[in-house]
Amino acid sequence: MNGIAEIITAFFILVGTTISLLAAIGLVRLPDVYTRSHAASKSSTLGVLCVLIGTLLYFLISDGYFSIRLILGIFFVFLTAPVAAHVICRAAYRNQAPVADTMVEDELKEYYELNPEYKKKSIVVEETVQVDE
Amino acid sequence: MKPNDVILQSVTKVAVVIIFTFSIYLFMNGHHNPGGGFIGGLSTAAAVVLLYLAFDIEKVRENIRIDFKKLAALGVLIAVCTGLGGVLFGEEFLTQAFGYKELPIFGKTELTSALIFDTGVALAVIGTAVNIILSISEDR
Repeated sequence: MNGIAEIITAFFILVGTTISLLAAIGLVRLPDVYTRSHAASKSSTLGVLCVLIGTLLYFLISDGYFSIRLILGIFFVFLTAPVAAHVICRAAYRNQAPVADTMVEDELKEYYELNPEYKKKSIVVEETVQVDE
Repeated sequence: MKPNDVILQSVTKVAVVIIFTFSIYLFMNGHHNPGGGFIGGLSTAAAVVLLYLAFDIEKVRENIRIDFKKLAALGVLIAVCTGLGGVLFGEEFLTQAFGYKELPIFGKTELTSALIFDTGVALAVIGTAVNIILSISEDR
């Protein structure tokens, strides 16, 4: 009984950590904000999900304990992590983050030029400091 | 023309329900498991701040008509009153009592006066945390 639980749990947790490692490698290797966000959000979401499912199954099979907190955690991560990536990417686009050379087409650009109200002015860091004499 | 935050707002509506449920769970389980008034209050405050982030401050203020300064004061008042309740029965200040009772739905339940004290702590934490965030975020 315990052996089966450990094998299943080990499988899920190994898959989860491997996916998380791939996400970290993608975060280092990929060129710009959008591709990095693509790597980080999707694979880290799936990685965390696999680890949580492994933990849930372990306690379910070995102790017969059904953790409602882990179910809530799985649902919550699945719900919010992609939205966080979406919001970060949108903020990056509105502040004209640099794009990799490999980009072929920017469909959103035409839309933003047609509707200039959508486009927020990027935050200007430079400030002119006037000193009174 | 407003910027559309459809994705953020509709996910916030679902997520806030989960966070409120979880904070109530943390609050009620504080006597025997990790949790309690402080963490329950903080996660409730986090849900309220998430609402403020996804929607307008004015819009949330219209729908949640709570003055968070008064909420913090009410929490402290409740906590002190549970302490005085011990004095009322001839014990020392902040003496806690507990007992078992048959409730209609829950069956045999442990009722403690520490839960009322925890309610006070939670209300004070919610009021203080939300009030700090609100006063930082408003421009004057």
